[in-house]
Amino acid sequence: MPLQKNFKNGAIRSIPIVMGYIPIGLAFGILAANVGLSSFETASMSIIVYAGSAQLISLSLIENQAGLFTIVMTTFLVNLRHTLMSAALAPHLGHLNRLQQAVFTYELTDESFAVHSRDFKEEKNPPVMRIITTNVLAHLSWIGGSVLGFYTGSLFTNLESWGIDYALPAMFIALLAIQLEDKKKYIVGAFSMFFSSLLFLQQAGHWYIILAALAGATAGTLLDSYLKTEAKPRTIFKQKNL
Amino acid sequence: MQSKIIIVILLMALVTFLPRFLPLLFLSKRKLSPLAKSWLSYVPVAVLSALLGPALFLKDGQFNLTLSSNPYFWAALPTFAVALRTRNMFLAVLTGIGSIALLRMFVS
Repeated sequence: MPLQKNFKNGAIRSIPIVMGYIPIGLAFGILAANVGLSSFETASMSIIVYAGSAQLISLSLIENQAGLFTIVMTTFLVNLRHTLMSAALAPHLGHLNRLQQAVFTYELTDESFAVHSRDFKEEKNPPVMRIITTNVLAHLSWIGGSVLGFYTGSLFTNLESWGIDYALPAMFIALLAIQLEDKKKYIVGAFSMFFSSLLFLQQAGHWYIILAALAGATAGTLLDSYLKTEAKPRTIFKQKNL
Repeated sequence: MQSKIIIVILLMALVTFLPRFLPLLFLSKRKLSPLAKSWLSYVPVAVLSALLGPALFLKDGQFNLTLSSNPYFWAALPTFAVALRTRNMFLAVLTGIGSIALLRMFVS
């Protein structure tokens, strides 16, 4: 029963994402109702856009009567970081056909990316059933949270005191820790964190994530090629000593 | 504005989907150079760190690491430690949620 097993494994992987998405989805639904979106519009946005931060930002733009171009451009800019994630996963997903690739990337979020990139490091040709299951369940929890928030509104305002708002940051921290397998990755991580905070403080707008990520990955590659050119003389030296 | 919202949503969906889909479409069947592979191997760490930086170190637009007003940073430490030790994301997330709840209860 490989399909069943892959479904189960996909479902297990979605649990931490779901834990984070339901409360944020609730928040989105509550705000959407406050801004004056209909239940149809709220659900549509969570179904066809499916991008947490961009959706929340768009609400404040809609509330402030921003124009169509502003809203669409802001969304584009906020979500541009996904190009990097899509590119990073690409070498592992050559076995998917185009339709599967489209379905998979339609539901590619920060969180699903983080989970997949951890898994893909250790496997060749990840099972389609598993990776799509993780994505679909995460997406459903986002839609469910949004709709629930829209209808129940203020019933769920006290989530902060339970610490549920920390589910997503905690998940990112955990996935980052799992990715840190050598010193170079620590350096890249520290550098990107510092740089993105700096950009954020300098009011770099929505560019801070993608700029810091680009700079971080480039720093890592430079470190890689620098250490490679350094490595040769060093090994010779060691051998001589032996 | 109200009647236009559905058009806004459709365009938002388009500009969200294309950046997610096109890189995978173009790169997945291609043989990448070692340099490109090295670069892409750093993307997960770089993106996650870039997302986390401001969330952990900044509070209300300012650098702030005080225990009472920025529990996000302090709760990150046990979360990180548990994740490093156990490699178990679920356990780490529970640690994070528990830590922040305790910090809010007793410190702030």
